[in-house]
Amino acid sequence: MQFPILSVIVFTPMAAAMLILLIKSERKNEIRVTALAAASLALLLSLWVYFSYDKAVAGYQFVEKYNWMPMLGISLHFGVDGMSAPLVLLTGVVMFTGVLISWGLDDRPREFFAFLFILASGVFGVFASLDLFMLFFFYEIAVFPMYLLISIWGWIKTREYAAMKLTLYLFIGSVVSLIGALVMYWQSGLHTFDMLALEQAAFSPGFQKLWFPFVFFGFAVLGGIFPFHNWSPDGHVAAPTAVSMFHAGVLMKLGAFAALRVGIMLLPEGAKSWSWLIMGLALVNIVYGAFIAMVQTDFKYVIGFSSVSHMGLVMMGFSTLTRVGLTGAGVQMFSHGVMTALFFAAVGMVYDRAHTRDIPRLGGMVKPMPLVAVAFIIGGLVSMGMPGFSGFVAEFPIFMGIWQVRPLVAIIAAISIIVTAAYIMLVIRRVFFGSMPAEFEGHIGPVAVQDKVALVFLCVIMIGLGLFPSLMVPWVQTGVQHLLSLLGGA
Amino acid sequence: MTAFVPSNILAILPEILLLSLGVLVLVLDPFWKEENRRLNLGWLTAGGLLVVLAVSLALARPSAPVLVFGGMLRYDLLGFAFKMLFIFGAAITALFMMDVEQVGRRAEAYLLLLVAALGMSLMASAADLVMLYLAIETTSIPLYILAGFLTGDERSTESGFKYLLFGALTSAVMLYGFSLLYGFSGETSLYALAASFPTFSLLALGTIFLVLVGLSFKVSLFPFHFWAPDVYEGAPTPVAGFLSTASKAAGFAVILRLFTVVFPSLSANWSLILAVLATLTMTVGNLIALAQKNIKRLLAYSSIAHAGYAMIGVVAFSQLGAASTVFYLIAYILTNLAAFGIVTAFGHVAGSDDVKAYYGLSRRAPTLALMMMVAFLSLAGMPPFGGFVAKVFVFAAAIEQGWVWLAVVGVLNSIIGLYYYMTVLKYVYLYRMEGEEEEKHPIPLSRPYAIALTVLTIGIIAVGVIFAPWFGIATGAAMNLF
Repeated sequence: MQFPILSVIVFTPMAAAMLILLIKSERKNEIRVTALAAASLALLLSLWVYFSYDKAVAGYQFVEKYNWMPMLGISLHFGVDGMSAPLVLLTGVVMFTGVLISWGLDDRPREFFAFLFILASGVFGVFASLDLFMLFFFYEIAVFPMYLLISIWGWIKTREYAAMKLTLYLFIGSVVSLIGALVMYWQSGLHTFDMLALEQAAFSPGFQKLWFPFVFFGFAVLGGIFPFHNWSPDGHVAAPTAVSMFHAGVLMKLGAFAALRVGIMLLPEGAKSWSWLIMGLALVNIVYGAFIAMVQTDFKYVIGFSSVSHMGLVMMGFSTLTRVGLTGAGVQMFSHGVMTALFFAAVGMVYDRAHTRDIPRLGGMVKPMPLVAVAFIIGGLVSMGMPGFSGFVAEFPIFMGIWQVRPLVAIIAAISIIVTAAYIMLVIRRVFFGSMPAEFEGHIGPVAVQDKVALVFLCVIMIGLGLFPSLMVPWVQTGVQHLLSLLGGA
Repeated sequence: MTAFVPSNILAILPEILLLSLGVLVLVLDPFWKEENRRLNLGWLTAGGLLVVLAVSLALARPSAPVLVFGGMLRYDLLGFAFKMLFIFGAAITALFMMDVEQVGRRAEAYLLLLVAALGMSLMASAADLVMLYLAIETTSIPLYILAGFLTGDERSTESGFKYLLFGALTSAVMLYGFSLLYGFSGETSLYALAASFPTFSLLALGTIFLVLVGLSFKVSLFPFHFWAPDVYEGAPTPVAGFLSTASKAAGFAVILRLFTVVFPSLSANWSLILAVLATLTMTVGNLIALAQKNIKRLLAYSSIAHAGYAMIGVVAFSQLGAASTVFYLIAYILTNLAAFGIVTAFGHVAGSDDVKAYYGLSRRAPTLALMMMVAFLSLAGMPPFGGFVAKVFVFAAAIEQGWVWLAVVGVLNSIIGLYYYMTVLKYVYLYRMEGEEEEKHPIPLSRPYAIALTVLTIGIIAVGVIFAPWFGIATGAAMNLF
């Protein structure tokens, strides 16, 4: 038997959380070191999983299966394919940088890291689960700690409202999907929650058409699909920096991934007949999100709405159901995760020093924190889909995919590229350049080493992926191949 | 009629041991000094119950179901599983009672608790109308007294009296239903009754209604739920916890047996009725819980709602349905006992059951706050706690039998539930006490509370994560019905 690496990845953060809770709350440095050690371990393991995934063999690898409850066919079944391997890596990356960014957190760090790690366990679990029941199990574990993380450590003005709204939205979405999943379970007649078996269940087209929207949109709520995106900018803004990073960087992928995994892969016929709706809503996401981002005056809201817009691109990629489109969506999930983590990290650093996120009041930040400015600009270039950065590798195939299916939609969606470029450049100019307001002179402290490490790390990933798309695209392609076979050859 | 067999003693071994323990408590009580009584009585009862639990598990496990004592009782896994739950619940309740003023030092309180547990055990295994009615009354009467145990406290007296009046009324209606059941067949044995129960007539349906009245009262099903908040609020908190868990589970044990064994021919009709009642129970319980300012009333309404969820499994009328109800009750008993235990422990120190009193609890007592989070999240149905799997199983059972709408109602209700449970957690974790001096107002946990709450917290997580063995027990119990 091989080393159960996926279980170790999934349960490392959970174990670390328990360990952290055992440390006395006054010993803050020990807590931070433990957290960093666990996060580094998770990152290394996820790197290992990613790079030792055999693309030639493709399919599900590192598979582990333990019967958890044979009576109902529930098993602890882990495995990654070309779609989920990058997302496992993404979670490792965001977890690691998130811990670095939160180094300076002083209010009850013990509980903070414990809750953050429980959340991380849930996220790893969803990406690695091949069992429908366990997928829900981990999904809910990932949702709830968010409430505490936002409401306790969040931005005081909106945290209560935003946290409650977010949790209720996501919970509603997930239970709606749950009903759909249970219906699928009984309809298949297989008495198993094993998704590999359910993929082959061949549900009748009528059944798929009826239940696809429940399953897909239930999860897509967490992916931020219009008109259920409302929780997301509020949540992003209210959350503390590391949580925003996790939230926009990883959690929204969780929704998109689960919608893909359970919705499209188990109910492919349903996906075909509803793809027009997904495409339409995603189009609204992309264009509307970009325009709203444009008019925000709160730095963090700009990024929040840009996430809505970029996640629309992921959904748009799904809705094409073509090889290029899906590949783009797969890469976009990773690329956006890293990019938005970087954005929120940068926003957090500016806010921590300037104590305001009001764009008109900011300016000239490039002098006291040049590295942050450079990192933000790199993130901005990724966001615009500039060649040479990961955003291009992701967005270009998505647009190609749409063009193949519906050229008109591609043209409308392309507006968003211009708008995105506009708001990103506007923010860069207003926040980082221009003259610094007098009130900040001499008040802007230097950026800590951990923060710099985190920013550089994220930038390297985005540039590396932009220059060498072969570091990710082949992985995603093997996943897409499997998806297409489920969709009926294509 | 089966002849008496000595080995039948095993069938009532838990009951015999419970009674012996009760006598022991009474006999030893006068020999103890006043100041030692509280500790001695509590530990004796709780420890004794644990011994009863262990001995019963070791010796009295049933194999194939048989009718014993002239068909009065049925010796099967359904009854046995519930008995173990009641004994466990009583042991935890005994620990909670120790530190409650006016209750902890009185031997009668422990005796009444034991007698109530005895009655519940008989309810779970009763196979004859006469036995069933006697068992229900044996359970109810000690509980009436316990609810009104704080004689100096008006609200407790009101609580006891209200519980008595409601209980007596519904019990009388149920007795009338029993007499009609007897009239149909000339039989009192549940298992013989089923054969001659008519397939469909208004009278038969009416009889079901009458019987249901009494049982609805026990499990606080709509529209017989009105007593619960007032009684829970006034009763000593551990007693309220016991009422909302063990007593409710006993009601469900009877409902499961009656509806599957006696009325299967009418299942299509009563399933729909129960489905509507479950819907109303969940919805009313959850909606009113939203507005509660007192934590005991909030938990009372939440426990009404939970009766609705557990009912979904009964509505499904299948082996999986019955199993999921039993599993739901296992998870629910652990969770709700923990919730009431925390309220008891908190109220003991803080002297208030107001939800606002919980401001800043996470700073005053981090461990207690963490336990409270575990209990409340389990009630809300979040993994990795027992409540999540339990809810998924009842919904799965409902959907298997085509009750998709009922599952949807259940799911929507759990969202409302999540809202008010989270609101309480918000006070605990987010808000500060007046003056922000939480460090000066710690909530010390005495040993009985610490032990009981630790056991319950571990139990909630164990049921929620390693659910297969528990579900195995539940399925074994349900198999005896079909």
